[in-house]
Amino acid sequence: MITAERKPLEEIIEYVRPFGKILLVGCNECVTVCSAGGRKEVGLLSSALQMAFMKEGKMLEIKEMTLERQCDPEYVEELSGHINQVDAVLSMACGCGVQEIAQRYREKPVFPAVNTKFMGASERQGVWSERCQGCGNCLLGLTGGICPVARCSKRLLNGPCGGSTKGKCEINPEIDCAWQLIWDRLKALGQEERYSDIIPAKDWRPSRDGGPRKIIREDLAS
Amino acid sequence: MDTFEPIIVAFCCHYCAYTAADMAGSMRLHYPPNVKIVRVPCSGKVDAIHIMKAFEKGADGVYVAGCLEGDCHFKNGNVKASRRVKYIKELLDEIGIGGERVEMVTMSAGMGPQFAKTAIEMTEKIRKLGPNPVKDMAAKRRRAVGQG
Amino acid sequence: MKTESVLEKILAAGHLAVTSECGPPRGALPEKVKEKAEMLRGYVDAINVTDNQTAVVRMSSLSACILIKQLGLDPILQMVTRDRNRLAMQSDILGAYAHGINNMLCLSGDHPCFGDHPMAANVYDLDSMQLIQVVRKMRDEGRFQGGDEIENPPKMFIGAAANPFADPFELRAIRLAKKVKAGVDFIQTQCIYNIDKFGKWMKEICERGLNEKVSILAGITPLKSAGMANYMRNKVPGMDVPEELVKRMAGVPKKDQADEGIKICLETIEQLKTMEGIRGFHIMAIEWEQKVPEIVERAGLLPRPQV
Ligand code: SF4
Ligand code: SF4
Repeated sequence: MITAERKPLEEIIEYVRPFGKILLVGCNECVTVCSAGGRKEVGLLSSALQMAFMKEGKMLEIKEMTLERQCDPEYVEELSGHINQVDAVLSMACGCGVQEIAQRYREKPVFPAVNTKFMGASERQGVWSERCQGCGNCLLGLTGGICPVARCSKRLLNGPCGGSTKGKCEINPEIDCAWQLIWDRLKALGQEERYSDIIPAKDWRPSRDGGPRKIIREDLAS
Repeated sequence: MDTFEPIIVAFCCHYCAYTAADMAGSMRLHYPPNVKIVRVPCSGKVDAIHIMKAFEKGADGVYVAGCLEGDCHFKNGNVKASRRVKYIKELLDEIGIGGERVEMVTMSAGMGPQFAKTAIEMTEKIRKLGPNPVKDMAAKRRRAVGQG
Repeated sequence: MKTESVLEKILAAGHLAVTSECGPPRGALPEKVKEKAEMLRGYVDAINVTDNQTAVVRMSSLSACILIKQLGLDPILQMVTRDRNRLAMQSDILGAYAHGINNMLCLSGDHPCFGDHPMAANVYDLDSMQLIQVVRKMRDEGRFQGGDEIENPPKMFIGAAANPFADPFELRAIRLAKKVKAGVDFIQTQCIYNIDKFGKWMKEICERGLNEKVSILAGITPLKSAGMANYMRNKVPGMDVPEELVKRMAGVPKKDQADEGIKICLETIEQLKTMEGIRGFHIMAIEWEQKVPEIVERAGLLPRPQV
């Protein structure tokens, strides 16, 4: 999933300060699962913002909505009946959702209420960690199912570096060394010989370095 | 500010604090009328938004009273509640309402005197802190909504 | 001979090679570079010039190398893949060779979080293994990584680092084999304090026949004080300082600790001289460069051979 974290309230307050009435929009997908921008978080933020302004003797009117998927024009359309009644939109979706609103409602300011973080998995209740950087040419088949691009701090394709210590990364003893994980997994699979192959310099074009990416499925495209 | 009578909302778990409140009553233990009790089936049922709404509507203090550690009827509802309270404390600090206005307490069903003591302490503490800064606006808003 | 490198010639002639290093200054101070390099004249065969070591901004390795080359000494251009992408690195290699620099050391580098710009983008377009491949391709095939032909390809004697003490230990020899496969000519190891563990690694290297394919220079760093020993033991990732050594340093009065450190370092060199597979020494005296000539002399590594 795409993970996110609420921005500091101070920053959000400054975004919405000039407005009297806003639409606060959550999303039912990833940000709900990672408890950053689902219906619950929309309610909490709305309450917190209202109190923050009430404290200053000011009323901020907030209309709360949570869309099925904020990165999908079909659902973003649902805002059309409300958009004219508000001065601005505050979105709790990932960056994709915020931009979808910006694109659909050109004349309405939209602000992000969360910081979009990474594509990751849930380690346990309340803990998420990065797993994939969407490099566009997946190497997991060569590395025992563990991603060196996203999980090695130096994205070394032929690690580990000399800083790997007791299974942990040199930058932080809280972070597993991806290459220790890869090696352990190759051993568990009986594929140790894989390690001897040098993974050649990566073609980063399918990644962000090739410019903004797009997928077109001719069979589906309308 | 000597006329200030705080309003305190106490979310009390049915299996412990609520029963303890009953007991305090039958023991004729005095506790301040400022504390408004909301019975909940488990402290774990108290959502962050319930606490926020209480403040938004003008409560000066809130506490969640659950079972002693290890005694939750639903395994760990009390642990979850105390984590939520911690989260709300930070949120209240962030918006300048003050995290110290919300607390988590634990007790057993038999602790009637403890219930009374907690109610007194919380009331005194909030009295010292003064009114919830959004209280006036909350009242105004209520009136506006009432008129509309 | 693959290159014009003096270091390559010395190793080919079977001599024990000696290298040391020079960290460029944190300012545009050419005299500092020259001073440090001059100190080493006649005592070492080549001088490593670090590349933004520990992720702290310094004068570029390339320009410091040029200054050293102009003194008639032989620099080893260190290059980390952390700060620049493959375009920048290859153009620097061309530039270096154009100035007569013909040794390189290919590294991945410390993570920016350790340095003075922890907020910097972390490039890593290539890793050290791939950089070795690139430099070799430039030299042996006369082509850039992208495939185009190079006019007058740079002929670099290619080095890399190896840390026999990092985890997982079982990978350390296999990893060196990978670097050999990638095309490395010489290796400079992490500082050696734990000779037993180093010996184990070296034995595995020899069993795999890797010592025939690559020249291994043993990394030596004199301990200046018990405090430094302790710090290296506990704080530096991938460093292995045995407890006995820390105790030995702490066991002598403070004013004699520096001498004890030099003694330990000379003993280490003596032991390593006879170890199979050792082809020389890389002496890094951190913040203590002036001691290198004395160490080289007392270790019986003088005079340096003329080739
Ligand atoms: S190799 Fe690329 S696509 Fe595969 S998990 Fe890693 S970043 Fe994602
Ligand atoms: S310690 Fe492991 S994860 Fe960290 S940078 Fe080195 S190889 Fe990558």
